[in-house]
Amino acid sequence: MADVMSMEDIHATAARLNVDLSSLDLGSIRLPPAEDFGIVSDDEDLKEEESLEFEEGFANIIVVDNLPVVPKEKFEKLEGVIRKIYSQIGVIKEDGLWMPVDTETQKTLGYCFIEYNTPQEAELAKEKTNGYKLDRSHIFAVNMFDDIEKFMKVPEEWAPPETKPYTPGENLQKWLTDEKARDQFVIRAGTDTEVLWNDARQSKPELVYKRSYWTESFVQWSPLGTYLATVHRQGAAVWGGATTFNRLMRYAHPQVKLIDFSPGERFLVTYSSHEPSNPRDTHRVVINIFDVRTGKVMRDFKGSADEFATGGTGGVRIFVLSNGLKLFYFQMGGGKDDKYFARIGKNVISVYETETFTLIDKKSIKVENVVDFSWSPTDPILALFVPELGGGNQPARVSLVQIPSKEELRQKNLFSVSDCKMYWQSNGDYLAVKVDRYTKTKKSTYTGFELFRIKERDIPIEVLELENKNDRLLHLLGAKSGTSTGRVSKLTTLKGKQANALYWSPSGRFIILAGLKGFNGQLEFYNVDELETMAQAEHFMATDVEWDPTGRYVVTAVTSVHEMENGFNVWSFNGKLLYRIPRDHFFQFLWRPRPPSFLSPEKEEEIAKNLKKYSKKYEAEDQDVSLLLSEQDREKRRMLKEEWDRWVSEWKRLHEEEKLERQKLRDGEASDDEEEYEAKEVEIEELLDVSEEVISFD
Amino acid sequence: MRPILMKGHERPLTFLKYNRDGDLLFSCAKDHNPTVWFADNGERLGTYRGHNGAVWSCDISRDSTRLITGSADQTAKLWDVKTGTPLYTFNFDSPARSVDFAVGDRLAVITTDPFMGLPSAIHIKRIAKDPEDQTGESVLILKGPQGRINRAVWGPLNRTIVSAGEDSVIRIWDSETGKLLKESDKEDGHKKPITSLSKSTDGSHFLTGSLDKSAKLWDIRTLKLIKTYVTERPVNAVAMSPLLDHVVLGGGQDASAVTTTDHRAGKFEAKFYDKILTEEIGGVKGHFGPINALAFNPDGKSVVFAILLKLSRSTRLVFVKQN
Repeated sequence: MADVMSMEDIHATAARLNVDLSSLDLGSIRLPPAEDFGIVSDDEDLKEEESLEFEEGFANIIVVDNLPVVPKEKFEKLEGVIRKIYSQIGVIKEDGLWMPVDTETQKTLGYCFIEYNTPQEAELAKEKTNGYKLDRSHIFAVNMFDDIEKFMKVPEEWAPPETKPYTPGENLQKWLTDEKARDQFVIRAGTDTEVLWNDARQSKPELVYKRSYWTESFVQWSPLGTYLATVHRQGAAVWGGATTFNRLMRYAHPQVKLIDFSPGERFLVTYSSHEPSNPRDTHRVVINIFDVRTGKVMRDFKGSADEFATGGTGGVRIFVLSNGLKLFYFQMGGGKDDKYFARIGKNVISVYETETFTLIDKKSIKVENVVDFSWSPTDPILALFVPELGGGNQPARVSLVQIPSKEELRQKNLFSVSDCKMYWQSNGDYLAVKVDRYTKTKKSTYTGFELFRIKERDIPIEVLELENKNDRLLHLLGAKSGTSTGRVSKLTTLKGKQANALYWSPSGRFIILAGLKGFNGQLEFYNVDELETMAQAEHFMATDVEWDPTGRYVVTAVTSVHEMENGFNVWSFNGKLLYRIPRDHFFQFLWRPRPPSFLSPEKEEEIAKNLKKYSKKYEAEDQDVSLLLSEQDREKRRMLKEEWDRWVSEWKRLHEEEKLERQKLRDGEASDDEEEYEAKEVEIEELLDVSEEVISFD
Repeated sequence: MRPILMKGHERPLTFLKYNRDGDLLFSCAKDHNPTVWFADNGERLGTYRGHNGAVWSCDISRDSTRLITGSADQTAKLWDVKTGTPLYTFNFDSPARSVDFAVGDRLAVITTDPFMGLPSAIHIKRIAKDPEDQTGESVLILKGPQGRINRAVWGPLNRTIVSAGEDSVIRIWDSETGKLLKESDKEDGHKKPITSLSKSTDGSHFLTGSLDKSAKLWDIRTLKLIKTYVTERPVNAVAMSPLLDHVVLGGGQDASAVTTTDHRAGKFEAKFYDKILTEEIGGVKGHFGPINALAFNPDGKSVVFAILLKLSRSTRLVFVKQN
């Protein structure tokens, strides 16, 4: 029937079958469904495309073993039980539960297959029910279907592992030995990611490494600057090397959203949250901790967002890289050991140690309603914040906890608190707690600081109150600058300044008062020691300000939140614009951090004392460079000029040659002087004033 | 610096041109009426009425007797400069964009936009000495470039035609045979549509401005890239000083976004560059809209900027050059 019949054939067939064609209503004929009579439908392509989407492999199938073996009569009941257990975790596909039956005995074989809609659900089901006790003799053994194939491939006999010859790695800290003592930075613009030297002497950056599509979302330096981490859909990777950037290690973590290094660079934390297949469920969160050098997963945490979110704030905090979610490490000694890390949960802070990756004392610290915590950058001390409860009946509380003893060092109750943020001073000497309190009417808030002196006996607390939370009023506090002043004193109050962000130089002596975004990018470079403004400048529409790790230079950038004027400006610490680099679609600017100096304080002091001696060498170099530069510049200008003169003389010659023809085109009009404008110097003498004076003649 | 504000046009300006002597300034706008002004004091001399659509460009004959204008009403008109009477109308099937007289004023090149399925084209018309003898016949029609051709001008001795437009390629055509002689290559050429093209006074080189935020200087005979001037905003208009080694670039963001941004964000300043060193040497501030046309007085001492304003006035700045 597949062939198309001609009309004659139809008539002939009709006559043979004695059918009167005129009495037939062809429109009334209905073909049986699902039968196309060999006529290919136009929609066939569409169907094929749809079927492609379902070919996902077997990643969404799990195998549940150790089920009870039941006869035919109990089959339905067992299936019902299994379905009940597993449909709690995710949506089982239609016909997605298959329990094979022995054809002879009609009994089940003690295992079944379950197919979910997504691999994530399957993973979660495996995670949650492996080891589930149905009864005493039936403990579920759940595996991914894909894994079975993997386990089948394990060879029967043990073969000794190959020992690879040791290849010495590159010196990952080579960049620190740069002769010109320059700093590196990474920028992302368009599809390119570039690492550059900041060569302030030459007033331009020097390219170190450039790569298109290096990352799929963002890049990040490790805290000591050894590695550059790139984030991809499949996971993260770290890069480094003596002269260029080679990939050192990869860390698999599908759909990773955020990454962070431990302060000592020993561990890398990756975080992702996955959309649940069932919209009523919360997001699923996966956190992995990798050893940076070996790439091994040291510990992973999986669970629903609820378990990782804190008390009252709910799931919103998941999306903010806030303390609640981020795993905090801290370093000890010279920053080489990352001994502990902590995680916040519901009414609980879990502190783990990195030797074994287990909880300290196998117990978490129970703290009712804790919402925030923060590690000291140098000591094993945790600062915790518990908000006000019960409508003010129970005060808010900040406490310091010593690890691993879990002893509370100091506690402070706070009243009428709306919000609270904790800032550690970089040496771990002070903890500043910024407290926003309600005024009596509870309509507005005002800000105060509580300063904990960690290093002193009993940790005294000092309270500073700001009169006004007006952003035109800026208070400069000596202690926040990172210098170790003995007593906190208000240095000065700058009034009438328009700024919405402050950036301290890493060396602590300088601060930039910046009016970013809405304030048009006004910048004020302020010297805190002298209490004077060094320079005022503007980088129109600037969105970011970044000090370099040495505090010598500062960068202001306009990132692609604005459409126009993307790019960055490099300034010296005292507000001199060194150079500007415009880049379209500018996303990210990051200075490469430097590890702390190995010099002892005495040595540093000595250098500071004899600065003249040391600086002489650099000054001479500076001079050489600037001489060389001006020489080069002159040479360049001369070359350009010469080249241009060659063009001009060539044009003149051709113009001359064509003169006759041009005249012909102009009907013999002789004048050809329309082009011949020449720059002439004309001296004009003007009589401004004439006066006559009688001069006495002696 | 003594700026003169010239008010007269009711809609945005599109093109500016001085006559050879530099005493008259011709301006085209979207308001259908090309206007002529006294160059030294900015007084309006008269308008040329007859077009029924936006006027995109114009050119003046060497002896300042004939004016040719190209308009969106699908015509190009030849005018008597003195009396303002239309002498002849060239009819096309699509809007006329760019017009340019050849050396000797016996030929004119007119480009037409892609319209209703018609591709863009470059037409070469003979201009009769006596307007009575004028015909609308095309000597040659060139087709090929994709998208709008924003500017087409004559090469040396009328032997070639240089065109540039939305496809960001500069082309040199043989004006006799219509053969494509040269094309700017991808590496050197502009990356985004070319908005403007301006020849040097002696016709030996030309400057192109593009939305890729750069302007480029080319040799007209070999189409060799000589210089690139990099700016921070799309370039709408370019001009070269006939007197000194300076170039002026004007531009700004899209007119549609003007009202939503701070005037400084739009970067509406006109920038002066050193022609040889390609370094920025100065700027003229105080514009509140993108500059969409520019012209240097042939005496090299003043520049006109046409600035898109809400009320679309033109500003003229008599500008005595610094350094």
